[in-house]
Amino acid sequence: MTVTPSVLVLRAAGTNCDPETAFAFERFGGRPEIVHVNRLLEDPARLARHHVLAVPGGFAYGDDIAAGAVFGTELGTRLASSLQRFVADGGLVLGICNGFQVLVRLGLLPGLSAPLGEREVALTDNASHKYEDRWVKLAISSRRCVFVGDMDAPELPVAHAEGRLVALDERVAAALDTDDRVVFRYADRTGAPTQDYPANPNGSHGAIAALTDATGRVLGLMPHPERALFGYHHPEWTRQGDSVPDHGPGAPLFANACDWVRANR
Amino acid sequence: MSSDDSAPHACCIEIAVRPDRTDVLADRLSAQAREAGIPLPDGLRTRRGYSLRLTGDASAAERLARRLLADPVMDTWRVFDPGQSPREEDCRRLEVVRLPGVMDPTAQSVVRAAAALGITVSDVRSWQAYVLPANTSDETLDRLGRDLLANPAIEEIRVDPATGVAPTHELPDVDFRLVHVPLRDADEARLLKLSAEGCLALDAVEMGAVRDHFVTLGRDPTEIELETIAQTWSEHCKHKTLTGLVDYDGEIHDNLLKSTIARATHELDRDFCRSVFVDNAGVIDFDDEHLLTFKVETHNHPSAIEPYGGAGTGLGGVLRDTMGTGLGARPVASTDVFCFGPPDLAPQDVPKGCLHPRRILEGVVTGVRDYGNRMGIPTVNGAVCFDERYVGNPLVYCGSIGLLPVDRLEKDVRPGDLILVVGGRTGRDGIHGATFSSLELHEESETISSGAVQIGNAIEEKRVLDAQLQARDRGLYRGVTDCGAGGLSSAVGEMGERTGAHVLLDRVPLKYHGLTHAEVWISEAQERMVFAVPPEHEQEILAVFRDEDVEATIIGTFTDTGRLVAESNGEVVMDLAMAFLHDGLPRQTRPARRRVRDLSDPDLSTAGDPGAMLLGLLSAPNIASKEWIIRQYDHEVQGTSVVKPLVGPKRDGPGDAAVIAPVLGRRRAFAVGCGLNPCLGDVDPYRMALHAIDEALRNVVAVGGDPARTAILDNFSWGNCENPENLGDLVEACLACYDGAMAYGTPFISGKDSLNNDYRSGGVARSIPPTLLITALAIVEDLAQATTMDLKRPGHALVLVGPTGADLGGSHLAKALGAPGRVVPPVDLDLAPRVMSGVHRAIRDGLVAACHDLSEGGLAVAAAEMAFAGGIAATLDVAAAPAVAGTEPGPWARAFGESPSRFLLEVEPARLGALASVLGAIPHARIGETRGGDTLRLTDGDAVLLEQPLEALRHAFLRPLDLDHIAEGHR
Repeated sequence: MTVTPSVLVLRAAGTNCDPETAFAFERFGGRPEIVHVNRLLEDPARLARHHVLAVPGGFAYGDDIAAGAVFGTELGTRLASSLQRFVADGGLVLGICNGFQVLVRLGLLPGLSAPLGEREVALTDNASHKYEDRWVKLAISSRRCVFVGDMDAPELPVAHAEGRLVALDERVAAALDTDDRVVFRYADRTGAPTQDYPANPNGSHGAIAALTDATGRVLGLMPHPERALFGYHHPEWTRQGDSVPDHGPGAPLFANACDWVRANR
Repeated sequence: MSSDDSAPHACCIEIAVRPDRTDVLADRLSAQAREAGIPLPDGLRTRRGYSLRLTGDASAAERLARRLLADPVMDTWRVFDPGQSPREEDCRRLEVVRLPGVMDPTAQSVVRAAAALGITVSDVRSWQAYVLPANTSDETLDRLGRDLLANPAIEEIRVDPATGVAPTHELPDVDFRLVHVPLRDADEARLLKLSAEGCLALDAVEMGAVRDHFVTLGRDPTEIELETIAQTWSEHCKHKTLTGLVDYDGEIHDNLLKSTIARATHELDRDFCRSVFVDNAGVIDFDDEHLLTFKVETHNHPSAIEPYGGAGTGLGGVLRDTMGTGLGARPVASTDVFCFGPPDLAPQDVPKGCLHPRRILEGVVTGVRDYGNRMGIPTVNGAVCFDERYVGNPLVYCGSIGLLPVDRLEKDVRPGDLILVVGGRTGRDGIHGATFSSLELHEESETISSGAVQIGNAIEEKRVLDAQLQARDRGLYRGVTDCGAGGLSSAVGEMGERTGAHVLLDRVPLKYHGLTHAEVWISEAQERMVFAVPPEHEQEILAVFRDEDVEATIIGTFTDTGRLVAESNGEVVMDLAMAFLHDGLPRQTRPARRRVRDLSDPDLSTAGDPGAMLLGLLSAPNIASKEWIIRQYDHEVQGTSVVKPLVGPKRDGPGDAAVIAPVLGRRRAFAVGCGLNPCLGDVDPYRMALHAIDEALRNVVAVGGDPARTAILDNFSWGNCENPENLGDLVEACLACYDGAMAYGTPFISGKDSLNNDYRSGGVARSIPPTLLITALAIVEDLAQATTMDLKRPGHALVLVGPTGADLGGSHLAKALGAPGRVVPPVDLDLAPRVMSGVHRAIRDGLVAACHDLSEGGLAVAAAEMAFAGGIAATLDVAAAPAVAGTEPGPWARAFGESPSRFLLEVEPARLGALASVLGAIPHARIGETRGGDTLRLTDGDAVLLEQPLEALRHAFLRPLDLDHIAEGHR
């Protein structure tokens, strides 16, 4: 009998993409549970009862101090060992936008060197120094991450003020490539990675839009696949003839995660 | 520093961007300074700092910086004693620090995250510093501080300070004092003096009614009683002008609101209306399980004083209206409409005491952005209008649409229910907001009204929302309302209007000591809601809020006495009859007069080249792209976006309205659009109102909304209505609202007015133009029916629906030619509703590839927008446009006139027959086609009126309001 992928969607004060992230997993057979971080801190063992941990987008704690700073610090100090065990035991982790900022802040991504808690990259102020909502084209740099599977290079919306990836130093910058940690890069119309605004919406180093860890089971990305779940989410769907396509370009990430759990757990 | 590690000691932690990293904020500020003409030398760097008290040794502060406050990838940091000078060698320094008592949302987060690191901190204060080269002049520093970085209404500027910023400190408590105001023997002059001194905004008649009431009672009112009456009777809360008597050139209008706007709703009696004009928002049917709530608010005066805080709390306030409708709706979409002075106004033309329009614009947009984005509610529709008369008095309208379960509509407050206040603590912020909004702005407003400025904390409100929805779904309360203008006074007073209420003021949680009991009662501190809780649910509801880290406190009970009673320090400080409070306001007759206008028609012989005119109109600030604003709003959060604000392959087409499918996985949707055109109001306020209704309906119909299932909202922002001509304009607009709503069959479900928008400077009062915003909310039966305005492919027909007339009054063409015009095009109230339903049927039946309404700039502007948005060339013959019967519009009127009730449709030729049978007798004509190539061509018969490259049209449209000058670089 196949398992039903069980997804813990973790929220804190200011998380705001939790319902649609849960809905996206549910649509592909997952069983999501939205859990406030206070409940998880009361009972960290709760994490191990799930196959997937999703940290959704939003403004956890208002992004006070810096994006993801308070939430990342809280998880990194109070749940570090539970998180490490969760990943080591085969769990999947997905961080979207603010969730990606949190995973980076607590050191789970790119996770070049243990232990957790050392920051190797930052997701900081966009080069434009402002929040922007726009759709971008992505190039797939690695299919090592289980969320990617055989999906086509997607077009997805970004909506953030702090998404510019900066590496701590040359060593880290080089290791992101040699250790195959980059999943998506912002691309121009031809599909080539670019530093040009607005195709690269934030000026990210190496046009990096998404990272994975050593296991390939952790994905952090700035774009929002849960906002590209249905065909009608795409800004040009009214140009595609009389019928609305069922799935949007973000859907495969959730489908692949659920498939992977069913096949491997 | 103290050597005793167990005692908390003060320290400053300052974070700087590493020298080898780009200081993005500094770059942006430098660019803004150059834009504002401030001679800033190169080398600006930014710092952000935290002053706090901390328990532990020096390593604790170091650890706090490294692990939490700074990011080692990006930053360096230093720790110093606040007694030391923070100055850096060979540099000048400017610090911006919040004034005491101004909301600092970061403080709470620092305390929480530090606790996770095992570090105890308190009294946190965050601040910004700017480091400049030593040769920076005093004048440059001064201008940088005042014009760019700080607002003296809420912030202190420190230049080259000798010491660091001290952590916050407790204010001293005030002694309880029960003040009675000697009113009973006051004459009229004394009454007016008391009203002015207390910022009560009551006139002589109203003050007299209060005096007479207390004479009957045989005692003087207490200070808090007088404040409560003033709040309840304010124009803001009572709409005295619209609900009073108006003598319009001898014609008496008794309660304009009831006799025009609400009357239409009641006479139409549409079955989809579920609650109108009674709750915090209007409510209509959506699907079997849900209702939609909609409210639009104004927040004009606070936004003039402090644009960021004023606009942010404007949105925060209307979101709470949604949360306070029925038993609490969940906000699913926001709207925003702004009116500003010209963004390129010369600095010397900015009146004393005003901020520059561009600074207001940027502050307002940032305020709405930060509040809405943080709450996770998509901001999906809006408009921006520019006029010099908004310089001293900008307008900020914020709207909120909510989703409410069908069985959560009815409130039922009962005696014995507990009064529960939740959310933010109460402070001195926003004292006198309701009465302040009812007064005229003037040069000193900035200084005397800073208490009326509110700063929001969106995350606090998000927490309240998360917890409230759980409590709602578990049925733990019987009533809810928001704390808005008037604070607890207004919220408890309204909820207990039919019962009575007894409040223990000393229980209200405070941000700091030093508030009097009257201040606690009327404070407009943000992010608070009030609930009526059956006693048996007390513990359960408190636990729900506690689990979400929301403070919740029982502050009293609803009673059956019909009295509003408050206690402090063991004494009764207020005991008012609800009947007097809510019904005791004397109704007055205000004179209104038809405005005499001296208008002239534009001279078309001076109009020159039509191609140049088209480019000029596309660049007119009211028409040009608002992309710079739109992109800063998250318009896709919640995963419900069907038609976005910007459409087309390059995402640059100005969509007519947004379409949202609010229930994930379901195909029923709604469209939201608006109509606003004050240029027309200068010529004819009656027709302006009809045009606004027509435009709002055109916008929702153009994207697939069903006009038969559309509700509308009215928001009047008017100049001072003590001026009979301003009031006359208002009467005209109200009469049009009735006629329009009846003709289109669209009920008003909610509205709000702001009737004192005058700015006084140098002894001269200046009114804003009459500004009526109509917002429309329409059901889209199936989201697949939605359509967009970008042209789709070559070889399609272009069909103009609706007739064109010759009148040009209030049009952008007339404005460009320097004369307003004398006649606003009439709205044909028989034909217009048929145009709406005809176009809707055509869209619903899938006959339309693209649809755009004709509004500002007429046919030429609409065609240009459709063409460059789709990247598809087109040719149109204006001579083929159907004319209004009995008129002979010339080519200028046909190309640029703004006759209402018109749409331009793109139709596949094979579907033209079906379209003709759907439209029937509605005037329409095939006036052109899409084609290969890259130009837009307009002809008048055989003569070419204009031919312009699509790129030139796009460029003209995108550039003017692209405040960061990024368009050229990337397109």
